[in-house]
Amino acid sequence: MHSFGYRANALFTFAITILALVCAMASLSDSLNSPSPSAHVQVLNINWFQKQPNGNDEVSMTMNISADLQSLFTWNTKQVFVFLAAEYETPKNSLNQISLWDGIIPSKEHAKFWIHTSNKYRFIDQGRNLRGKEFNLTMHWHVMPKTGKMFADKIVMPGYRLPEEYR
Amino acid sequence: MGWIGETIDSIKSIQIRQLLTQAVSLGMIVTSALIIWKALMCITGSESPVVVVLSGSMEPGFKRGDILFLHMSKDPIRAGEIVVFNVDGREIPIVHRVIKVHERQDGEVDILTKGDNNYGDDRLLYAQGQLWLQRHHIMGRAVGFLPYVGWVTIIMTEKPIIKYILIGALGLLVITSKD
Repeated sequence: MHSFGYRANALFTFAITILALVCAMASLSDSLNSPSPSAHVQVLNINWFQKQPNGNDEVSMTMNISADLQSLFTWNTKQVFVFLAAEYETPKNSLNQISLWDGIIPSKEHAKFWIHTSNKYRFIDQGRNLRGKEFNLTMHWHVMPKTGKMFADKIVMPGYRLPEEYR
Repeated sequence: MGWIGETIDSIKSIQIRQLLTQAVSLGMIVTSALIIWKALMCITGSESPVVVVLSGSMEPGFKRGDILFLHMSKDPIRAGEIVVFNVDGREIPIVHRVIKVHERQDGEVDILTKGDNNYGDDRLLYAQGQLWLQRHHIMGRAVGFLPYVGWVTIIMTEKPIIKYILIGALGLLVITSKD
């Protein structure tokens, strides 16, 4: 009953149980945090707007993105993945989501940022629906924990519109 | 003789009744592990409820050896979610983030993915000429995360000798244990 093997086994089991419990508590403590992030995006310029040879519309734009995501960080946060997506509806598609820019925020100190950028990923429609199209810009974020459950949320910013003509 | 002598003695002294008891308790352990796995499959709705991250393409979020818990529901797939997908002609599933979604009125969906740590999108990883992932390629989406635990399986698949030593040692322990 009191051999080395039994004692080692009991100690190991106890250690694993406590570790699992601490991980679960760390993950649960995240839900006590009620964040209040803010975001603001300004479309400064449509760099070009044209029809690709295969018939799909493509647009390139320059944007000013500012956000304050500091309140998302807790002690169990490893990083926050943030991205800006253009969302719109077309006759064929009930939803189009196109990621335009994304970034990884490693710590709370970097969570209040301001960036001037053109779209990182190509803004291509499935078809020729982009002329005069109204779209939403949505700031999404995914909180990656050190351990446990992942969280995600978004801010929708409506009322953006593409030009009527190719340029 | 010490430990080895004791072990040999205890093997010699095994009686048939004791052997049966041990066989049953071993069977119980194996069966309950299987039950837990199958129950997880039912709850999460995913073929493999737990996956181990094998590549560094999602760093610094997920490193090699981390474990992801998957969930497969009827909810539509949206940009930003981390999905596990199987590409035709590839055996190993890939864990990457959705960056583009085109959902048609009838619910059919075109998805483009990218690894956070990769420079470009995943079209190079897809089958030749494939531009989009469809719903049936998706095995599940990641909902939870546990670091480092997956190293156990990585080590066991890459160094099978360790697996056999471990199984052998456990087997010996079960046979020689007295209660």
